[in-house]
Amino acid sequence: MKLAILGAGDVGRSVADLAAEYDHDVVALADSMSATVDPSGIAVADALERKVGDEALGTSDPEDVFETEYDVLVEATPTTLGDAEPGFSHVKRALEADRHVVLANKGPVAERYEELRALEADSAGSIRFEATVGGAIPVLSTIEDCTPQAVTAVRGVLNGTANFILTRMAAEGLDYEHVLAEAQDLGVAEADPTFDVDGTDAALKFVILANVLGDGGFSLEDATVEGIQSIPGSALDLAAEDGRTIRLIGEATREGIRVGPRLVPENGALAVTGTRNIVQIETRNAGSLHSSGRGAGGPETATAVLSDVGRLPPL
Amino acid sequence: MMANPPEGGDEDDPDAETDGGLRAYTVRLELVDEPGELLRALAPIADNGGNLLSIHHERGNITPRGHIPVEVDLECPPDRFDDVVEGLRGAGVNVIQAGAEHYGEEVNVVLVGHLVETDLSNTLSRIEDEADAVVLDLSLAAPEGTDGISSARARLAIDSGRSSEALAAIRSIGTDKDLTVVEPLLGGDA
Repeated sequence: MKLAILGAGDVGRSVADLAAEYDHDVVALADSMSATVDPSGIAVADALERKVGDEALGTSDPEDVFETEYDVLVEATPTTLGDAEPGFSHVKRALEADRHVVLANKGPVAERYEELRALEADSAGSIRFEATVGGAIPVLSTIEDCTPQAVTAVRGVLNGTANFILTRMAAEGLDYEHVLAEAQDLGVAEADPTFDVDGTDAALKFVILANVLGDGGFSLEDATVEGIQSIPGSALDLAAEDGRTIRLIGEATREGIRVGPRLVPENGALAVTGTRNIVQIETRNAGSLHSSGRGAGGPETATAVLSDVGRLPPL
Repeated sequence: MMANPPEGGDEDDPDAETDGGLRAYTVRLELVDEPGELLRALAPIADNGGNLLSIHHERGNITPRGHIPVEVDLECPPDRFDDVVEGLRGAGVNVIQAGAEHYGEEVNVVLVGHLVETDLSNTLSRIEDEADAVVLDLSLAAPEGTDGISSARARLAIDSGRSSEALAAIRSIGTDKDLTVVEPLLGGDA
């Protein structure tokens, strides 16, 4: 397949870098400023070197990406809330041109799911978005295999930064502020960690899951979200007295979405440590399935994008 | 360990019961706060062939009705347990839970916030009242002193099948008092 990649952050760059391994060609790569476009395949290594060196990606305008001949638009621009722009318009343009779209950007799928599905219904192209939930962990494809109707709930840990902070607080008896600073030094938490610690990032993923289970109907404002900022070290100590710990757990069902700090058994499946993520898929006929792994990171998330590309039908 | 007496009532395995053997039971009583009341309440247990294992007398924890909850672990032959409970009731003791039949579910919640300033004892009474739960025990951690943010873990007994409602009630008490309520994750094999 010929890939046009929008967004040259960790995920977009990794998709470009790994595409050849999966037998795909990259015909365009764009960030918000410029693009490099070549119908016979761009020189990926050179483009990535320019990007890392803070030079312009290429000499083309990002708009030119849509004019070139591609099979799949990879939407890997930063997640935005509300109208989910410009990501939503990118997807719309590709679908209206009868192209496939694979999203790593959570915004359009969480905030405007029904509109995306309506556009897809009128297009020869399809949308897929495995990379929006749980990075490298096959969550949506597992639900697709079980069929969404047979899945009653999805629960789990889908934010590595919050999980890292809670794990360190419990292990070292340290307070939130201290561990957050450490996480920022280690590069586990961003300079502005708000969306990770206030539950927004996890909530977007569980909104997407609820949309898949219920075939739409949810956006971020439907989720009940609480963060971990108000959890002191002493709360984790008390939880440990009874063999429990606290994790930022999300739940998605057809009834709604809830994300917040919850008590879970210290040695239970959901109490993953460090930046690891886990999902528990509760099925009607087959009990619970658990998958855990790396929920973020460029190459990890890129594998989810490229697996999606591989699942697309020929155009 | 060979000499382990047969009356080592096995709480973990309710089916572990031998001919003429003993089993452990938990009985929850509510006593009036008067001298001699505890002793009076315990007499019917021995009178009916029960053997006291432990008594957890939560003096500091008054129920909404102004009584003192007492948890009694005892052992007796399974066929005598009904007599023990009848004996207690016959003596006018308020038995609120006997054996496993009423206990249903036990859940932990952790509360975080200005627990002391928002009247912890009132918070617990409201939980018992509004969530229809019994506070079995409580641990408090106040590393910043009683004026600061503190945490408390409460172990609650809730009737079977009522956990979701009880937790929703506790959530709304938390909202009223500006406390963070860390609930257990129900459902699924977490």
